[in-house]
Amino acid sequence: MWEYSEKVKDYFFNPKNVGALEGADGVGDVGAIACGDALRLSIKVDPDTQIITDARFQTFGCGSAIASSSALTELIIGKTLDEALKITNQDIADFLGGLPPEKMHCSVMGYEALRAAVANYKGEAWVDDHEEGALICKCFGIDEGYVERTVRANGLTTIEQITHYTKAAGSCGTCIEGVEEVLQKTNAAMVAEGVLAADEAFDPVIAIRPVRRNKSPGKAAPAAAPAAAAGMTTLQKIRLIEQAIAELRPFLQQDGGDCELVDVDGNTVYVKLTGACVNCQMASVTISGVQERLADKLGFPLRVVPVPAGAPAYA
Amino acid sequence: MSTLIDGAMRPVYLDNNATTRVDPEVLEAMLPFFTEQFGNASSMHAFGAQVGGALQQARRQLQALLGCEFDHEIVFTGSGTEADNTAILSALETQSSARQPRDEIVTTAVEHPAVLALCEWLEKTRGVKVHRIGVDAKGRLDLEAYRRALGPRTAIASIMWANNETGTIFPVEQLAELAHEAGVLFHTDAVQAVGKLPIDLKTSEIDMLSLSGHKLHGPKGIGALYVRRGVRLRPMIRGGHQERGRRAGTENAPAIVGLGKAAELAQQWMAHEQTEVRALRDRLEAGIVERVPRCIVNGDPESRLPNTSNIAFEFIEGEAILLLMNQYGIAASSGSACTSGSLEPSHVLRAMNIPYTAAHGSTRFSLSRENTQADVDRVIDVMPAIVARLRELSPFWNEQTASEVQFNPTYA
Repeated sequence: MWEYSEKVKDYFFNPKNVGALEGADGVGDVGAIACGDALRLSIKVDPDTQIITDARFQTFGCGSAIASSSALTELIIGKTLDEALKITNQDIADFLGGLPPEKMHCSVMGYEALRAAVANYKGEAWVDDHEEGALICKCFGIDEGYVERTVRANGLTTIEQITHYTKAAGSCGTCIEGVEEVLQKTNAAMVAEGVLAADEAFDPVIAIRPVRRNKSPGKAAPAAAPAAAAGMTTLQKIRLIEQAIAELRPFLQQDGGDCELVDVDGNTVYVKLTGACVNCQMASVTISGVQERLADKLGFPLRVVPVPAGAPAYA
Repeated sequence: MSTLIDGAMRPVYLDNNATTRVDPEVLEAMLPFFTEQFGNASSMHAFGAQVGGALQQARRQLQALLGCEFDHEIVFTGSGTEADNTAILSALETQSSARQPRDEIVTTAVEHPAVLALCEWLEKTRGVKVHRIGVDAKGRLDLEAYRRALGPRTAIASIMWANNETGTIFPVEQLAELAHEAGVLFHTDAVQAVGKLPIDLKTSEIDMLSLSGHKLHGPKGIGALYVRRGVRLRPMIRGGHQERGRRAGTENAPAIVGLGKAAELAQQWMAHEQTEVRALRDRLEAGIVERVPRCIVNGDPESRLPNTSNIAFEFIEGEAILLLMNQYGIAASSGSACTSGSLEPSHVLRAMNIPYTAAHGSTRFSLSRENTQADVDRVIDVMPAIVARLRELSPFWNEQTASEVQFNPTYA
């Protein structure tokens, strides 16, 4: 069973703005045949203000496809065409409190339907340039086609480079063999086309050797500087924690997520992850990253505890 | 129509091809082997001897269900998948020599991944040639293509007894005969058939057969491979001398005892499965087809497991159907892409050339001896509204005329 957010469930069980729209000004029909989903978005546009006054959807698809379509209509009604076109698929996912990585394509379908409907309203032809391959890295929702295009465009030949460019295999690492396979295949094709030297092409047997565990104590002992804690008032501590979180937020925001401080109780810090961090399979990695960062900053170990998103502020 | 699930309503479980509930008698038989009878069957002392006797009894119970000649033809494994893998990998080793190389597998396009994924990997890494025999729109095997594929290079023919998604039964007795005529070893993945169909291996040409405990009200984590006496077997897991050296690793005594008991019960319930369960399935299917427009029964109505019904609801998608059914406390499964996280709908329905607007809406109802007429009637009761509600949302469906709409979106 998928882990759908409460909002996804609500928008699936009680979808808003369902159906065809009488006298629609623009209609966008899109779909992904392999996934078995298809969406028709109908919009009404005020010709003077260019404001979308009404929107309806009809969707053939799974729970999150229906929820994403309904969310899209809610997001665009009342916006001008230009404002609406700024909405990304991530905005649709965020509106729903996040989507499982395998289901992000449902929000992409909404994003495309809007473009198709606007093009239809303006009398333009809309060409779909979205490609979809098999999902390869579930942590970051990276598909095979994207890895291949990135490898080609940038002449990549190592897994580290791919992770750097696409994030694929950058987290749990279970997809690493799949990514290697794509890299090897793509490099081989590039060699055959004469755009890559044969001895530069990725060979997993040569490139991937067993590595020693790093057993040096180093980082494992943040307790080495407990002195700082002693002389610090609670207020000073909270200020430092706030500062550390503020420094972290831009990185989370880059990925459509966010983090806010909820409370501090002794050496336990309560935070709330929001946006794309909600339901993200990487949330625990993010939390431990925040924890490490705070420990570095304050000089003594802290425990960071996530408060469920949507829960009332910690009392 | 029944109201939404309120916690008091008894859930209706119609996903027995996925897994079954452990029968309380099976559980009862298993429990002592976690506590008092914890010995290692290989040990010399009394602790071990008691367990050894229980394993022997379980083997005989399973022997009786399968109708095999000797109890030592049964090798307990960790799962049905392990049994499938063992059979195929063993055949590639035992059937081939420098003088008579046999590096081809004949199987079907609709096998379970336990066979198909292994074949794909063998094809990719060991240069094994795999013949995947196709099926027609009802899921029936192309016998002519099967016959043609068997040859002097065939190491093994591995054909499932009954399909997990549609319930379609393949004529494995006949297929085994044909394989032997061509001098080819025959294995069947009978995970869905064992416990649902009468089986008598001692009169059959089948060389190897795989089964799984949790499909017949036994525990998970136990399977078995039948290896006909005289058929060579190369173990996949090597180590101790358990299972007469054919599957190493300390025996999973509680699970083996549970599988034995489950086999005994399945035999007692066999007539019930063929009559009562079949009647409930037919009632369910007829009720839905009568009340829901534009739905198609997938599979071969002439030759099908008695417990399985696969119905395609056109113009709507399976995951959405299951989510709404779940609201009514009804559990089933779907061949849609979205329920598995893959991008493609079920390979079985694709092999049958089911149009994609129907394949994605295919829903599998699989019953067991634990279902009642009240269960079935509740499903018949709620399905029309569930389908109608999703069709209201579908761009492929016109509510007013209750018919298909020409809808040709731009596809990615």
